[in-house]
Amino acid sequence: MAIDLHKYANPKRFLAITGAIYPWSVGVTVILLAVGLYMSLFVAPPDYQQGDTVRIMYVHVPAAWMGLSIYTMMAISSAIGLIWKHPVADLTAKAAAPIGACFTFLALVTGSLWGQPMWGTYWVWDARLTSMLILLFLYLGYMALWESFDDQGKAAKATSILALVGVINIPIIKFSVDWWNTLHQPASVATMSGPKIHSSILIPLLVMGLAYMSFFVMVLIIRVKAEILQRRLRILRMSELKEH
Amino acid sequence: MKRFFGLIRRDLVLAVRQGSAVTLSLCFFVIVVVLFPLGVGPELSVLARIGPGVLWVAALLSCLLTLDRMFQADFEDGSLDLLIIGPLPLEILVLGKVIAHWLTSILPLIVITPVLALSLNMPTEGIWTMSLALLIGTPTLSLIGAIGAALTVAMRRGGVLLSLLVLPLYIPVLIFGAAAVEAAIGQLPATPHLLLLAGISLGSLVVGMFAAAAALRLALD
Repeated sequence: MAIDLHKYANPKRFLAITGAIYPWSVGVTVILLAVGLYMSLFVAPPDYQQGDTVRIMYVHVPAAWMGLSIYTMMAISSAIGLIWKHPVADLTAKAAAPIGACFTFLALVTGSLWGQPMWGTYWVWDARLTSMLILLFLYLGYMALWESFDDQGKAAKATSILALVGVINIPIIKFSVDWWNTLHQPASVATMSGPKIHSSILIPLLVMGLAYMSFFVMVLIIRVKAEILQRRLRILRMSELKEH
Repeated sequence: MKRFFGLIRRDLVLAVRQGSAVTLSLCFFVIVVVLFPLGVGPELSVLARIGPGVLWVAALLSCLLTLDRMFQADFEDGSLDLLIIGPLPLEILVLGKVIAHWLTSILPLIVITPVLALSLNMPTEGIWTMSLALLIGTPTLSLIGAIGAALTVAMRRGGVLLSLLVLPLYIPVLIFGAAAVEAAIGQLPATPHLLLLAGISLGSLVVGMFAAAAALRLALD
């Protein structure tokens, strides 16, 4: 791959490109969310066992996908930031973290709301639930580390190291939690093997997934833009102070 | 090599002369374990059931207690700068620090663990496996902890942040460590769990040294 990454390291060019993408991402998000929500809430058939509760899945599953993939994205852009000293990559990782944490939290909350009528309890120490909870803690630690540095350049490097260590550890944690759970399998989780995915369920699910993704792109652009502008503002203020 | 051992010896002598660090984490470990019977109730069957987990969690927490001082004391009085200028590569320096930390704040815990395990009514087979699992698994705690300690070295109140950064990464050690002991108590082979623990330790040896060294370079820029 011979992509010149430095071409996109210029914040000005980055702002120009994302400025062009932004209106599209808003439009796509609105349309896909409307279509996806309509399909999943009204068109998709209720499950013969779970009734209408199954519709929580259309909000829940894409949120979990996003929670996992945003962390991966953060790790990749952290690596790019660390290797090529790419400032926009650092900012992207920083801006993505709270969004990822929100999606992970959404997945946990909707999951426990679904668990109450289905399993009879809000929380089960199931492998998936536990590993999502740990993922949330990893996000929180990452964000806390960003906050605790004054020097943004140092913060970027430190958090990159943390994100990379985390991404090596996530498969190990996931695997160990899976195993831990199968050793002590609670009987209630056995009902989790839901219905086979039929296209009437799969299509709304995928539409919702795409809607979440374009929502993420939209919010990410806003947040990165805000970060860049904030830095510019600070530089402007500093130069103003110098003149006085 | 001589310098490497010199560094470890220096840290050990410092720890012994100061004294408090070793005894403090030991006391903390004992107290945490003692709190559990008080909280859960003195029934021996319950204690035997939760014993391995309690001991492992207590070991994780007492390891955290001394972790934030791993590089901080040297950072504050400037000797870390001197050590970095010296001929030892920073990665090896981190390894020396990790070994010293393990010897001073974790090895005493392992030594006292059999006594505590007896008090929690754990069967004898379990106690041997417990000590072995701690010996194999705890280097990971120091190694991953070194990353967190190096990342937070320049912060005044890094201790709380350190626990948020490091504890989620400790989970595999906790799971496999406790699983090994439970397997031994249940007359099942504990070797697979111990081998996994050893694998995690070796993996974190690679990751921990380099990541902690990178984080230290950053702090001293």
